Amino acid sequence: MATQHSRSAARFMMAPAVILLLGWMLVPLTMTLWFSFRNYFPLRPDRVPGWAGFSNFERFISSSAFWPSVQTTLVIVGGVLVITIVLGVALALLLDQPMWGQGIVRILVIAPFFVMPTVSALVWKNMFMDPTNGLLAHLWRFFGAEPLAWLSEAPTVSIVMIVSWQWLPFATLILLTAVQSLDGEQLEASEMDGASPLSRFYHIILPHLSRAITIVVLIQTIFLLSIFAEIYVTTGGAFGTRTLTYLIFQRVLESQNVGLGSAGGVYAIILANIVAIFLMRIVGKNLDR
Amino acid sequence: MGQITLEKVTKRFGDVEVIPPLDLTIEDGEFCVFVGPSGCGKSTLLRLIAGLEDITSGVIGIDGNDASRTPPAKRGLAMVFQSYALYPHMSVRKNIAFPMKMAGVPQDEQARRIDSAAKALNLTDYLDRRPGQLSGGQRQRVAIGRAIVREPAAFLFDEPLSNLDAALRVGMRLEISELHERLKTTMIYVTHDQVEAMTMADKIVVLRAGHIEQVGTPLELYRAPRNLFVAGFIGSPKMNLIEGDAARQHDAATIGVRPEHIDVVDDGPWQGKVGVAEHLGSDTFLHVHGTGLADIVTVRATGEVGLRHGDTVSLAPRAEHIHRFDASGLRIA
Repeated sequence: MATQHSRSAARFMMAPAVILLLGWMLVPLTMTLWFSFRNYFPLRPDRVPGWAGFSNFERFISSSAFWPSVQTTLVIVGGVLVITIVLGVALALLLDQPMWGQGIVRILVIAPFFVMPTVSALVWKNMFMDPTNGLLAHLWRFFGAEPLAWLSEAPTVSIVMIVSWQWLPFATLILLTAVQSLDGEQLEASEMDGASPLSRFYHIILPHLSRAITIVVLIQTIFLLSIFAEIYVTTGGAFGTRTLTYLIFQRVLESQNVGLGSAGGVYAIILANIVAIFLMRIVGKNLDR
Repeated sequence: MGQITLEKVTKRFGDVEVIPPLDLTIEDGEFCVFVGPSGCGKSTLLRLIAGLEDITSGVIGIDGNDASRTPPAKRGLAMVFQSYALYPHMSVRKNIAFPMKMAGVPQDEQARRIDSAAKALNLTDYLDRRPGQLSGGQRQRVAIGRAIVREPAAFLFDEPLSNLDAALRVGMRLEISELHERLKTTMIYVTHDQVEAMTMADKIVVLRAGHIEQVGTPLELYRAPRNLFVAGFIGSPKMNLIEGDAARQHDAATIGVRPEHIDVVDDGPWQGKVGVAEHLGSDTFLHVHGTGLADIVTVRATGEVGLRHGDTVSLAPRAEHIHRFDASGLRIA
């Protein structure tokens, strides 16, 4: 009786939070779905609002910018994942070594994660990648090379670099804790079994890290699909750096076509869910062991 | 082949000398047990022999060759760890095959050795499972299997039974002894459990704070402990150590009498009150208070004894089994 009572009391107490969160999710989702079926141009009085059927969806996907934007999204996400995981594993192994000033070094490694995306993109754009005054330009000139105009000559690579720099600390941190949880006796056993440092890495350390790597891939993918500030601040979507998120932004705010942008948003939700289902299955398989 | 010699081996961690100069010879085919309380350096000594720690000075010889600076994999020794250290992502078969794979043993030879090891250790049905799906005893056997297939000069065991429950421990103890009889390979076994040491060893090395207190066969240690530490460490229940007048009567600073060498009699020299009486059926352990000799005198009486808490008993030590020690704790012959 008492348990029953406290259970319903608990439900009652939790209700405001649950309802708030549900509303937080449902209201924008429903509005996006609603607008995606409408012709809606709030700042253009010359266009007539009204029901649009599936025309927004057709226009968004048949636009010449759609497939390139999906491709760019995948290239950026994939590139950042590869870089952060390879370097993350390397850094985690390095940071696991006993060394002087370990605590400070670890904090320094994590620091980029605390820098806001807009700020870090601006810092990279103006202090590193600027073709006349950037640090990289000075480095290029020091070796007698022609400085690179990073953001126009290698725009996608530049953005991958910036975003990787931001997410490397996250990958390193997760992988470092995984490295630290490896049983030292296993390494010693493999040493006695005659494994060289390289085969110890391949046969013992890497399989041990596989779980952590899947988690890093999963979490990073979710966040990387929606990167925006880095593109807005640096190239503004020019030079083939327009991702799906950025395309939606342009449709809504630059063309003032809310309906078309919302249709793109629905596509983005579908894409994210496809990726999420794939990843969940891989993670599930890896976590079962 | 597998004779291991240590000459003036020392180990320091920074300023702390963990192993002071130490000499020891382990003969080929011997089952040698390092025993001592925790922190006595027995595991460190084993790791020095294995090569997992570098010695600070001295010489480690394996079959007469100086192996002091040889990397662990090249010493021809196989080690079984306390946590078993199995590779969790590999099947039992791959775990056992791992050292052979690293050594580049041909596939068919690998399969042959895995089969014979699995048969010897009752693992044939489990070869395709992962370590996580095995019980403690089975994991232990996989760890031993991984050691056997290397055909090492000597096996090193680092407290291999301490993670098992009591019943399993007795079983594995027998299996390891059996294995030693069959393989006739040198084995070095580290434990803090003197029962394991007594039951398995050809030779026991008693260590305290890195020093060797005594080396001998189990019965030598039991019959003639060289000092008070060994006397108190070997034997279960512990030897009664008695100081004062009773000891002076025997011209010693301390005398030691094992519980099994004290008889409950009608009229003995020592009197006391029974505290706890532990009835095991085959034996009864009496903890006797108020004898004026020591806080508690433990007596092992054979069979079922009808004594209860609070009863007064009279005790008589067997004169031929009284161990005498001088003021510095050394045995008086």
